[in-house]
Amino acid sequence: MADTLTHHAPEVEEKLWEGGKSPFKVSYGKLMMWYFLLSDAFTFAGFLIAYGTLRSSMPSWPVPDFVFSIFPGGFHDTPLYFVTVMTFILLFSSFTMVRAVQEGHRENKNGVIFWMVLTILGGIAFLGSQAWEWTTLIKGEHVSVTTNPFGTHTESGIYLEGDGHNINEGDTFEAGDPYLIHQHNGEWAPLKYKVLEGKDQGETKVQSFGPKAFGALFFFITGFHGFHVFSGVIFLIIICVNVATGLYVERKNGYEMVEKIGLYWHFVDLVWVFVFLVFYLI
Amino acid sequence: MGHSYEKSKKDATKFILILAAITLLEVFVALTGKGHLFGGKFMFPGFALAGIMIIMSLYKAYLIVYEFMHMKYEVPALVKTVLLPTLLLVWAVIAFFAEGRDWQKRRDLITDKNNIEVDDPVIIRNSQTGMSEDTKVIKTQG
Repeated sequence: MADTLTHHAPEVEEKLWEGGKSPFKVSYGKLMMWYFLLSDAFTFAGFLIAYGTLRSSMPSWPVPDFVFSIFPGGFHDTPLYFVTVMTFILLFSSFTMVRAVQEGHRENKNGVIFWMVLTILGGIAFLGSQAWEWTTLIKGEHVSVTTNPFGTHTESGIYLEGDGHNINEGDTFEAGDPYLIHQHNGEWAPLKYKVLEGKDQGETKVQSFGPKAFGALFFFITGFHGFHVFSGVIFLIIICVNVATGLYVERKNGYEMVEKIGLYWHFVDLVWVFVFLVFYLI
Repeated sequence: MGHSYEKSKKDATKFILILAAITLLEVFVALTGKGHLFGGKFMFPGFALAGIMIIMSLYKAYLIVYEFMHMKYEVPALVKTVLLPTLLLVWAVIAFFAEGRDWQKRRDLITDKNNIEVDDPVIIRNSQTGMSEDTKVIKTQG
């Protein structure tokens, strides 16, 4: 029997698809993680393409560097600063994940735990930042799934009243300038303005709400991503506990479970690259 | 894995620094292009901005998948089964964005038609109810 095996050895190498050997030279679990991530990429792509389609169908769209311009601690006019911090948190947690996987390859249990704990903390910090961003939008600016007070002017004009924040009576604006409709005592208070140019010149108009789909798209897409981060944190905690109890020491496969959750975690970072692109940068 | 521990440790640091640098560059270009930096002296059009951003983001995605997710160490067949299907998205993006722009055109067309003023319309009314037979049929005189 041993003789036959030796005799056929070169042919076995070529017949990769006849069972008993992974043609892709990876374990079943890792391969399935890749295919799960591929399918998940299509889900996110569907969401983001829906966002792009609706955005390109509208004459105007909320200006991201105006919508996301508040920084914790009461700072205003800090366009994209906070979301850049969030991006760095997620990038850093991706780095710590890589380090955890590397320590796993050389069977260094304490190293894996150290870098996984840092990754978990990064994930929690990102979720906290997102919670703050959502709170600002919902409580401070009253954006909801069906209401979007962020609009963009399509013609130049002059305000006939002030909003008590940063717009005064007599302020002028150009087409393309963004605005936020405020609430006073729970009531929407869109401002009156006089059109200065164009076919409606001289008419008095009232600020109109921005594209309705914005709120739903923002909350669903960042929420779906945040839910991925949340589940990632849960899985990281479970696997980190398993590492600590020595479960993967017995398996002697270079902490492959850490590698699998690593793939998932990098994917969450990968999706954020595109969420960051379409929601904030463009 | 065929690469030493020290080497991969160095690589991890190198690529995270590149990713961080690209992210800073993206934010810098976005803020400059939209006129938030340098007093709005170096603003440039939205499509150019979007193009630069998309290229930089795709490069970031490449680094994450190939370096952090170790795609470059997988066998070519596995790489193809994962990456080739995503090419379908290229067409999806082109097709859906074109569709979106078409929705806008059609909406504009309807708005324009609604604003057309018609001279003295004659509305055919039902003799018994006095209601319009068909609100869509509006005839003009002459």
